[in-house]
Amino acid sequence: MTNHWNDIANADVIMAIGSNPAENHPAAFGHITAAKDKGARLISVDPRFTRTSARADIYCPLRSGTDIAFVNGMIKYVMDDINANPRNYNMVYITEYTNAPYLINPGYKGPGELNGLFSGYDPGKKSYDKATWQYQLDDKGIPKKDKTLKDPDCVFQVMKKHYARYTPEAVSRITGCPVDTFLLAIQTFAASGATGKAGTILYAMGTTQHTYGTQNVRSYAILQLLLGNIGIAGGGINAMRGESNVQGSTDHCLLYHILPGYLGVTQNTDTTLAKYLERLTPTTKDPNSANWWQNYPKYIVSLLKAWYGNAATKDNDFAFHFLPKIQAGQNYSHIALFEAMDAGVIKGLMVWGQNPAVGGPDANLERRAMGRLDWMVVADIWHTETANFWHRPGVDPATIKTEVFLLPAVVSYEKEGSVTNSGRWMQWRWKGANPPAQARDDLWMQDQITRRLKALYAAEGGPGAEIIGSLVWNYGDEHPDVHAVAREINGYDLATGKLMGSFANLKADGTTSSGNWLYCASYTEDGNMAARRDTTPDMFNVGLYPRWGWSWPLNRRIIYNRASVDLDGQPWDKEHPVIKWNPAKGESGGWDGDVPDGGWPPINVNPQTTRWPFIMKAEGHARLFGSGLVDGPLTEHYEPWEAPVPNAMSGQQNNPVIKVWRPEEQGTPDKYPIVCSTYRVCEHWQGGQMTRNMPWVIEAQPEPFVEMSEELAAEKGIANGERVIVESARGRIEVVAVVTMRFKPFQMNGRRVHQVGIPWHWGYTGLSTGPSANELTPHVGDANTMIPEYKAFLVDVKKV
Amino acid sequence: MAEKAILFDATKCTACRGCQVACKQWNGNDEYIPTEPNGVKASNRGSYENPPDLSPSTWLKIRFTEVESGGRVRWLFTRQACMHCTDAACVRVCPNGSLYHNGLGFVEYNKDTCTGCGYCVDACPFQVPRSTRSLLTGIAKMDKCTLCTTQGLNRLDDGMEPACVKTCPPGALQFGNRDEMVAAGRERVGTLKTMGWSGANLYGENELNGLHVMYVLDDYPAVYGLPAAPRVEGVTRAWKNVIQPLGWAVGGLTIIGLGMNWLVARTNAKKEAK
Repeated sequence: MTNHWNDIANADVIMAIGSNPAENHPAAFGHITAAKDKGARLISVDPRFTRTSARADIYCPLRSGTDIAFVNGMIKYVMDDINANPRNYNMVYITEYTNAPYLINPGYKGPGELNGLFSGYDPGKKSYDKATWQYQLDDKGIPKKDKTLKDPDCVFQVMKKHYARYTPEAVSRITGCPVDTFLLAIQTFAASGATGKAGTILYAMGTTQHTYGTQNVRSYAILQLLLGNIGIAGGGINAMRGESNVQGSTDHCLLYHILPGYLGVTQNTDTTLAKYLERLTPTTKDPNSANWWQNYPKYIVSLLKAWYGNAATKDNDFAFHFLPKIQAGQNYSHIALFEAMDAGVIKGLMVWGQNPAVGGPDANLERRAMGRLDWMVVADIWHTETANFWHRPGVDPATIKTEVFLLPAVVSYEKEGSVTNSGRWMQWRWKGANPPAQARDDLWMQDQITRRLKALYAAEGGPGAEIIGSLVWNYGDEHPDVHAVAREINGYDLATGKLMGSFANLKADGTTSSGNWLYCASYTEDGNMAARRDTTPDMFNVGLYPRWGWSWPLNRRIIYNRASVDLDGQPWDKEHPVIKWNPAKGESGGWDGDVPDGGWPPINVNPQTTRWPFIMKAEGHARLFGSGLVDGPLTEHYEPWEAPVPNAMSGQQNNPVIKVWRPEEQGTPDKYPIVCSTYRVCEHWQGGQMTRNMPWVIEAQPEPFVEMSEELAAEKGIANGERVIVESARGRIEVVAVVTMRFKPFQMNGRRVHQVGIPWHWGYTGLSTGPSANELTPHVGDANTMIPEYKAFLVDVKKV
Repeated sequence: MAEKAILFDATKCTACRGCQVACKQWNGNDEYIPTEPNGVKASNRGSYENPPDLSPSTWLKIRFTEVESGGRVRWLFTRQACMHCTDAACVRVCPNGSLYHNGLGFVEYNKDTCTGCGYCVDACPFQVPRSTRSLLTGIAKMDKCTLCTTQGLNRLDDGMEPACVKTCPPGALQFGNRDEMVAAGRERVGTLKTMGWSGANLYGENELNGLHVMYVLDDYPAVYGLPAAPRVEGVTRAWKNVIQPLGWAVGGLTIIGLGMNWLVARTNAKKEAK
C-alpha cells in the first residue's frame, strides 16, 4: 500500500476493483465503514455481485480479465474532462509532479497504430526493444519537457492518443458493463480529482492474477496520478494483502528476483560487484532529482556485511561472489519451479507455510510434479494436501517415489516476532501460548538446519564450504533469539557496535551492516520500534499513529507524501494534511506531520536545493508513461489466455510477451464457452488448512460450489443446490450449483457470455474435503511477475 | 439498573458471520452438523446461508436474501436471534416461570426448571426458541440467545459486551444503554433517509413495548423478513393473563373442593361410626 489501512477512512470515494474486502479483508472493512460514515462513496467493480457490492453505492459488473479496458476508459474520460473542465482537476500536480510534460522519443508508436503492439516488438524473441519508449534529452542529458502539455511528443498528448480508443461504448463492448453504469462510476471517482479531494483504489488478487496483472496495477497508478491521488491522505493505490505478513515476506525477498529490500537478485552476467551495480543503479543528470536508488551500493554492501561479517572485505568485493546467481533471463517463479520438478530437473523441495497442492495453478499437474521429486519437506500446523499428496484419492502410494517429511510447525500465537501488514506497518507480536507436543517455530527449524549444515561443511568440506562457513550465524545456542535477528535486519555501525538509526547513514565502504535497508530504523538504540503501542494521534490527526508500531521506510506512513503539498509546501487538502512546510522550524524551515520523503524544501521555497517529489524514480516525477515493464509503457487491453471472444480492441489477442508453458492445454470457446474465475469466501482462508479443520467455520461454509446466473442455469436445466460438473482443458470437478441473481450474463458485441465462479479453498485433506478449483486453472502467468492466471479461464458446466 | 440493548445496523452488516461463529465459540455450542471420523458431513444447499436453521446449539445466524427491483440486485443480510422483547410471548406462555426478564430487560431462562414443553417455541413471533428432546434421556430443553449472560459465561457481569458485538468487524453491532441505542438508531435512520432510503426505520424501538435487539433497516421490515407488526397472539396473552390464573383458580378450587369433600366425608364417616 502507498497508504495504510486506517487511512481509508480519509477517502471521499473508494473503488474496490479486483478485490472483495468485505469477504477477504473483513476486519479492514471497518475502515471503509468509517469512511462511509463520513459520506464517502464506495464503488465495487466485480464480475459478480459480492458482499462488498452489497455495501457499495455503485456496482459495476465486468467480465473477468477486462480490467484494463475498464480503467483505460476511466482514464480517457478523465483526460477529456481535463480538457473541458481543467478547474476540476489539480493541473499543478499533473504538470509538476508527473511526467506528463516529458517528451518521448518521436519514433514511439502505440497499439492504435500497430494493431495492438507497441513499437519495438520482436516477434521472434517475443519481447520488446524499449529504445523508442525513452525520453528525449537536452544537451545536458536532462529529459525535455513541455509544461503547456501541447507538444505532440509529450506524455500527455501521447496518452490522449492512446486512450482515445477507449470510449464508453468500447469499454462496454469489451467488459459487458452497461455504459450508464460505467459513466456513473467514473463520474463519481473522477470527482476525487479536484484539489483537496481524495479517492483510493483498493485492489487484491483479482487485479494481479492475470497474464497482464502488472499492467492492471499500472492502469490504477495512471488514473490516480491524473487525479492527484498519490501521496495524499485518503488516496493511493492500495494492495490488500491476502495474509498477515505477505508484505513482510516480500520485503525480505520471498520472491526469486529480489534480495531483501527489493535489491535485484544477482545473475551470471554480474561478474563483479561493480558490474552488478552498473546494471541496477539508476543515474540522472537532473540536479533536482534525488534519485534515491543512487544509494544502491550502500544497501548491497551493508547487506553483504550483515550476512558475511568479517569475511566480506573490500578486496573480495564484500563477498559478492558468495551470493548464488541466476541465469540471466531465466525464470524461477512458482510455475517455472513446478515445471522443472515435472521435468525431473529439481529433486528436492521444502514447503513452508504453503499448500501448492490446493493453491497452485493446474493443481493436478503440480501434484504429479511432486511425485517426481526425491524428497519433500513440509513444515505446517496440519497435514495438508501437499504433505498428503502421495496418498491422494486415485493414486497408488506404491507408485510414488518421493520421500516426504512433515515438520510440525506452530501457529502465529505460539511464537514471538514481527509481521508487516499491507500498510507497511511492522508490528511486534508476543507469544500467547506454548505450542503442543514437539511442534517448533520456523525460526528454530531454520536455525537448526543452518547450524547442522555449517557443522557438516566444517567437518567434511565440499563445494561452497567457504560460503557456508563464512555465513554469520549467531542467534544463541538454545532457541534462536528473535530480537537478535531483528537487530541484524536493522543493522549496525560496525565501528561502534551501535544500532543504526537510519538508512541514510548506511555506507558502501563496509563500515555498516543492514540485513534489509528498508527496515533500518526499526530496531534502534531506543529499542524495538515495532513493539510500540502508543496510540497518540499525529499532529494533524489524520490517523497516522506515528508511535504505534513502525512503518517502513523510516516510519513514513504515506509514501510519496511530498506530492500532498503545493509548490509552497502547503497541503492540497487543508482538512487532511499529511505534511506541511513550516518556515519557522529550525534554522531555515522544516516539515511538520508525517516523515517526509526527504527533508528538502518545497519547490518555491528553494528552487536550487529542492528535490522533485517522486524520489524513487531517477527523473523524480511519477511515470504516467513508463518504460519499466516488459509489456508496454502504457496500458493496453488484451484478452486472457483463454477468452470467450476475440479482442475487440486490436488483432493482438493475448499479451504478446507472455511465456506459454503448455500450449496444448489451452481451452477454446467452442468447447469451453463459459468464463470462470476462482476466489475466496469470508469463511475460509487460503488453501484451507486452518479453516477446513475448524467445525464452526465449516458449518458456515461446508463445501465448494460453483456460482452461476439464473439464465445459465435455465439454459443448462440446472436447479439450485444440484451437483454439476465444471470442466476445463485441464481438469473436471463436481460441485454444488449455487444459482443466483448476483451473477448476470454479459452482453458484449451482441453476444451473450456467461461467467461462473468457484471458491478455491478445498482439497482432499482435513475435516471438510472437496474438489480443488485449481484443478481447472491454467499454467500461465503474468508477463512481468509470472503470478499465475487464476482469475480468467474457460470452462463448460453440465448436469451430473 | 439501566436497560441495555443491542443495535444491529443491517446497512453496515457484511455477512461475514463473525457473530454467528463467535456466539458458538463463547457459549460452547457445537456445530450443528454431524461430525464423522473422516470429516464433517455437511452440505451446501445452494446458498451461503448455513446452518439451515436456528437450533439449540445455533442461537444466532445471519440470513441472506437476494432481491431484485428495477434491474437492481440487492443482497440483504439480517440477524436472526432472540429479540429480547419487553412484551415477551415466551415469558407469558412458560408454565413454570423458567423464562423471565432480568434487570437489564433481557429474557433469561432457567434450564434446570425448563420442562421442554415447547409452548415458547410456538408462541414466539420471531420463531426463535428451539427445543429438542434428548434421545438418551428423553428430556427436552429449550435454548436461545442469552445475550451472553449464561452462568459461568457471563460477559456482561465482567463489563464486556456480548460476543457477537465484540467480534463485528464493520461495526454493524453496538451494545449499550437502551436509550442511547435508540438515539443512535434514530440518528442513523435520519442519515439513511437523507441518502434517499425513504423506507428507513428503526425496528424494535416500540414493537412489543420495545425490543432489546433493535434493527436499523434501509427498507420496510417485510423486505428483511421481519413481521411488520409483531404481536403476542390473543390466545397467548390470554394464557398468562386469563387461562393460567383461571387454571390455577380452577385447580385451587378443585383442591379446596376435594378438601371439603374429605372433611364432609370424614364427618359423615364419624357420624356413621357413632
